[in-house]
Amino acid sequence: MKAIAARRHHRQAPIVLLVLALLVTGGLYAAFASTSADATVVAQSPTDIEVGKKLFAANCASCHGLNAEGRESAPSLIGVGAASVYFQVSTGRMPMQADAPQAEAKPPQFGEEATRQLAAYIASLGAGPAIPTDEQVDASLGDPANGMALFRTNCAMCHAASGAGGALSQGKFAPSLLATEPRALYSAMVTGPQSMPVFNDMTLTPDEKRDIIAFIDAQKEGAPGGLALGSIGPVGEGLWVFVVGMGLLIACAVWIGAKSS
Amino acid sequence: MTTTTPLAKAAAGTADYLDQRTNIGVLVKNFARKLFPDHWSFLLGEIALFSFVVLLGSGVFLTMFFVPSMTEVHYDGPWAPMHGVQMSEAFASTLRLSFEVRGGLLMRQIHHWAALLFMASIVTHMMRVFFTGAFRKPREINWIVGFILLILGLAAGFTGYSLPDDVLSGNGLRITDGVVKSIPIIGSYLSYFVFGGEFPGTDIIPRLFTLHILVVPGLILALIGLHLFLVVLHKHTQYPGSGRTDGNVVGFPLFPVYTAKAGGFAFIVFGVITLMAATMQINPVWNYGPYDPSPVSAGAQPDWYMLFLEGSLRLMPGQTEFVIGGYTLSLNVLIPAMVVPGLLFTVLGAWPFVEAYATGDKREHHVLDRPRNAPVRTASGVAILTAFFILVLAGSNDLLATHFHLSINDITWTFRVLLFVAPVVAFWVTKRICLGLQRRDRDLVLHGHESATIVRLEHGEYIEIHKPLDEHELWLRVNYEARRPVEIEPAEDSRGVRRKGYRADRIRRRISQFFYEDRIEPVSAEELAASRAHAAEHHAHLDGTGKHDAALPAGEQETVASEH
Amino acid sequence: MSTNEHAGHPELVVHHAPEGVSDPGHPPHQPRIGDTDPRAAKRSERIVAALFGLSAIGSILVVVAFFVFPPGESVASIQRSNMFLGLGLAFAFAGIGFAAVHWAKSIMNDREQSEDRHPQRSSDEDRAGAVAELKAGAEDSGIARRSALKGGLITALALLPLPVAIPLIGNVGADWKVSKFRHTMWKAGTKLVTDPAGRPIRAADVTIGSVVHVIPEGLNHEDLSADQHFMDEKAKAVVLLVRLDERDLKHTEGTYHGIVAYSKICTHVGCPVALYEQQTHHLLCPCHQSTFDVADGAKVVFGPAKRALPQLPITVDDEGYLIATADFSEPIGPSFWERVK
Repeated sequence: MKAIAARRHHRQAPIVLLVLALLVTGGLYAAFASTSADATVVAQSPTDIEVGKKLFAANCASCHGLNAEGRESAPSLIGVGAASVYFQVSTGRMPMQADAPQAEAKPPQFGEEATRQLAAYIASLGAGPAIPTDEQVDASLGDPANGMALFRTNCAMCHAASGAGGALSQGKFAPSLLATEPRALYSAMVTGPQSMPVFNDMTLTPDEKRDIIAFIDAQKEGAPGGLALGSIGPVGEGLWVFVVGMGLLIACAVWIGAKSS
Repeated sequence: MTTTTPLAKAAAGTADYLDQRTNIGVLVKNFARKLFPDHWSFLLGEIALFSFVVLLGSGVFLTMFFVPSMTEVHYDGPWAPMHGVQMSEAFASTLRLSFEVRGGLLMRQIHHWAALLFMASIVTHMMRVFFTGAFRKPREINWIVGFILLILGLAAGFTGYSLPDDVLSGNGLRITDGVVKSIPIIGSYLSYFVFGGEFPGTDIIPRLFTLHILVVPGLILALIGLHLFLVVLHKHTQYPGSGRTDGNVVGFPLFPVYTAKAGGFAFIVFGVITLMAATMQINPVWNYGPYDPSPVSAGAQPDWYMLFLEGSLRLMPGQTEFVIGGYTLSLNVLIPAMVVPGLLFTVLGAWPFVEAYATGDKREHHVLDRPRNAPVRTASGVAILTAFFILVLAGSNDLLATHFHLSINDITWTFRVLLFVAPVVAFWVTKRICLGLQRRDRDLVLHGHESATIVRLEHGEYIEIHKPLDEHELWLRVNYEARRPVEIEPAEDSRGVRRKGYRADRIRRRISQFFYEDRIEPVSAEELAASRAHAAEHHAHLDGTGKHDAALPAGEQETVASEH
Repeated sequence: MSTNEHAGHPELVVHHAPEGVSDPGHPPHQPRIGDTDPRAAKRSERIVAALFGLSAIGSILVVVAFFVFPPGESVASIQRSNMFLGLGLAFAFAGIGFAAVHWAKSIMNDREQSEDRHPQRSSDEDRAGAVAELKAGAEDSGIARRSALKGGLITALALLPLPVAIPLIGNVGADWKVSKFRHTMWKAGTKLVTDPAGRPIRAADVTIGSVVHVIPEGLNHEDLSADQHFMDEKAKAVVLLVRLDERDLKHTEGTYHGIVAYSKICTHVGCPVALYEQQTHHLLCPCHQSTFDVADGAKVVFGPAKRALPQLPITVDDEGYLIATADFSEPIGPSFWERVK
């Protein structure tokens, strides 16, 4: 019986078996492997810097070089500071996934702890701005009026007066700030990521930076005049006057001119 | 006349009092039941008229609170983000209007939405007049009046949105100064003239205020009066159809039907504007901040009706500035800011006269054209609109870049090309569509509607039954002016002597050929007679068989017309 | 049928309907439901009355909202006030509008009528009469053959605009000193300070990639002379200070160790050009997208501007603060006719 059964398998059985094996292996891996990279990579090292170095080697060195010295595709990270790493990694811009005019924000790949470990490692390579403290980014301690005045002069030309973002050349852009968390705002100001210039503590003091954070926070309260319509300004208003205004009125005109039943 | 009720007695008494002093009875007799034709597209101009009424009303409210002064003050009102900020009184009073005056923000938003709607409806109304040929004699003067109203509307809008003296409109004024300075010879002096000295000075806001509330509205009111007077004098045009000729006007009387319809529409316009102002924020100057020459915001655009100028400024390449003999000629500014709008407006303003020249037509016209029956006019209108639209999009290029994830430089280059290519393509496509629609009309006249019923005749032939047009449908499609190019006298007379004026006539013929050479010949009497005979033949066959659906089973519906 | 105007003019060729087809006249009148059914007419009447009622409710809502919803100080309270006042007013208007239109459409007599048009041209007799009246008037005036009268009238009228135009135009331009365009308040030794706070700037504090918005020291009101005005001077004097890696700078005159200062007023039509892209060192103007290369003398690399931004030559003083060494070497901002003369 066994002999007969042994010879009686389907032509495609090996393929099915292979697919099954792949599925099982993959399924087991997905089920038991941690989604966060640090869990798989963390070995036995105790200090943040050590952990950060390993994370860096696994996720960043391919573009930035094993010692963060930079390559053709990515700049050197020596001296950029912990704040720079915090901004890029916590907003998901880094690791950069696809070739684009600029790295765009996306769901972050690393959790809070791993981000700080990476930051600690980079900070150890050369002095640079530190990750801002809770007090430095507390919007309730800032003055939104002063923040608005500073924002108007230093930030509005790229990010728009409403903070909704704006275009730069060659497909680059200054993103909307309305959903950015305060620590990332501060870090961006002090490190000047990608096209953004650097606003060091002499150009904008820490208090002034906090005022700007308070201003952005106040912008979330909404529009006193009704719907903000995307805050894109006169072009949006012109579009809506045709769509809503002329649309409604032409509909009424057609009704007026139509014969009543 | 029996006057029994107190109301009727009072009315009669008033009428008598007035008539004894003003001869108003004659006016009432002639105008109370004036007829106006009924079509929804005739209400577009009314949207403009009623928006203007809203502008006047809301504007008066705003002038009660707005301070047209550039004196610097420090803000001490309730809006927290502006605490202590230095600003002009104009800006401060705008903030007061928005946040402290009850209904002030509503009035500001009503005023600004009404201004945008005013311009939108003027453009739409102008398009309707253009595409239906309502500008032909005797209405050429009214076209020019309307055209001037368009320009005045632009002036009113521009002076108006600059009044709050915020960063956005202030940068607009700076751009205006740059454009003025670029004018050859007199530019710098003109800049001093406008601003009362160097930019920004302290005179520009009060000057714009006077223009905005007195000079421009005064001119607009006067011209609207003239515009409406001419409409009443000429009587309104009407769409072609049965019973409508150049010699009559068919419609409903002013009192009571149009009093109710137009009066009602007025209130509807008021209502729609107010609804928008209640729910949709517009021009939030507290976000832009008070004008200072240092800041600027991304997304720096003027109101929509100025975007065509903004777009041309953005598209023009910069290499075209020249220094000749020590004097600077900035064509990179002059061409987009002066030449491009100059061209667009000249074509628009001169159109009725160009068309009259091309047709040689000196008759009065009161029946409108269906746009398909004037293919080159319709195509030209679409081409002009396309160019205008490309410029509007070019003026929004940074918003297109951020919203569609494109490179602003690529967008600019694309529009640089499209500005010239797209109108030509649009012209050609529209003209072909119009000629195609004319062919279809012709087909309908000769053959009637396809009824999708196929009949097989006894001798094996398949025919489709066409439902002939009823007399009203037929009349609409045959009673139009099919124009041909003008014919001019030959160059030489019988003795071979060239006559004077031939060259001018030849140019005229060329223009006329551009307009009317490509055309679909209208249905002639012979063709119509032949098609009717043919249809009669078919029906004879059908009557002979006794059935109309002999050949095919009921379910089969083929829309195959027979070949004849 | 064709209309043949005066001989010698191009002939208009117009085609109308083919023979045998004539105007069928007005289509027959179709009655509305309300014309024949009194219940439907009554229903229309009720709808119109209800719409008028809606308007009344809207008006009352506005009056109530005026007292009950003051604007207050928060965004939410201002929004509420605006919305209730606005919606009430919108219904007040729209209610009347829809009521009137519905009344016209469903209740009022909707028989189309026709009346004749008359040509605009006056009759020949009227024209002759007009000409005769004008001739009689001209004769009465005695102007014929009296050239002194004609000449005097024309001369006087021609000169009349001058006493109106000259004072109006002459005064409107203030002192007409257009030479002021050529100079700003920057001089040798003027400190660069931050805009708007007015803090002096140490060269050492400007790190690579920094951008500082700069005004000249002394732009406060008290320090200006009688004929200098704050806004007017600021409009010419605003400067953008940028630090690049020294090796990236193509020209180094007037710079200080990679720190370079350019006029912030665009040479196209005058917007502040302030979008500095650190990685490309391009400076983008948001108004019409003129792009300047800060590493290469701020010359134009894209857009409708032609000229590079004027450079403010800088150095440091004894204490390390940045100062200007001279005013700009050319007029800042947009071009004008006599700019290079």
